[in-house]
Amino acid sequence: MDFSGSEPVRGPREAELLPATVAAAVKVVIVGGFGVGKTTLVGSVSEIRPLTTEETMTEAGVGIDDLAGVERKSSTTVAMDFGRITISEELVLYVFGTPGQERFWFLWNGLFEGALGAVVLVDTRRLEVSFDVLGRLEDRGVPFVVAVNSFPESPGYPLDELRAALDLPPHVPIVECDARTRESSRDVLMALMRYLYELAAQPVG
Amino acid sequence: MSNWEEVGPERFFVITRGRDRQHAVTDFDLVTLVVARSRPEPTMQPEHAAILRICGSPLSVAEISAYLSLPNSLVIVLLSELLGTHKIEARAPIPAAALPDLSLLEAVIHGLQRL
Repeated sequence: MDFSGSEPVRGPREAELLPATVAAAVKVVIVGGFGVGKTTLVGSVSEIRPLTTEETMTEAGVGIDDLAGVERKSSTTVAMDFGRITISEELVLYVFGTPGQERFWFLWNGLFEGALGAVVLVDTRRLEVSFDVLGRLEDRGVPFVVAVNSFPESPGYPLDELRAALDLPPHVPIVECDARTRESSRDVLMALMRYLYELAAQPVG
Repeated sequence: MSNWEEVGPERFFVITRGRDRQHAVTDFDLVTLVVARSRPEPTMQPEHAAILRICGSPLSVAEISAYLSLPNSLVIVLLSELLGTHKIEARAPIPAAALPDLSLLEAVIHGLQRL
């Protein structure tokens, strides 16, 4: 974007405007490895064409082991796709798909802070990508559900086998989905919300 | 998907006029909603004017960042300045405390059911 010229910044299209009455927003984060279908899921549920926000991060902040580079740290742009669902006249839900590079997921300031919860999207062909992130979400106290994106060529496993393979605690929901369809992607978000509801409704202790 | 791009920090330095981003108000979340409370003026910094122009209806910080093609933290600096001069209104997100409110979750579930 060039701000020096007279070229105006293009804002949202008429059909994508939020009602002026919307008072607050909530967010959920879709976590998953490269190519697992995060962008597809975000696009399926979003009422707007998915947008991309970006953040600049410095190599030094990423824990690169090249200490000699600290004084000449280079900036890197990390991008994240997101979509939006208007819940009511007062409330809007934003759905963020994490950046492709796993090491940025927890470095993006404010991505998980304040999020209602997360969806860990997994591909049965590459389950190992998910191990680290499950632990890190637990450590941070971010409630999550696991959604298995069914690719036509993925081997089908019973969900209880996948639960065991991922070492998921019994209370964490695991659902199957087809991220290409709106209904199925919507159901994943519903599974997360129902789980959060159960957690919130539980008596403490 | 994510890009690895080398970005020259000079441009961002120019936009923030060298102001330290660390000193920006950090209360803005990715989903803080922003509404313009004033019209863009020709004497304004172009980025400020652009924000006022697109925020006639509420937009989240993430959306502003997307439309302006500027990094999120830089947009927050610009928004902090606009908030400081009362040019915008910021609607804070509902904080998901330890556990979110049941009525909030019910509202989201009902909203999703209508999709």
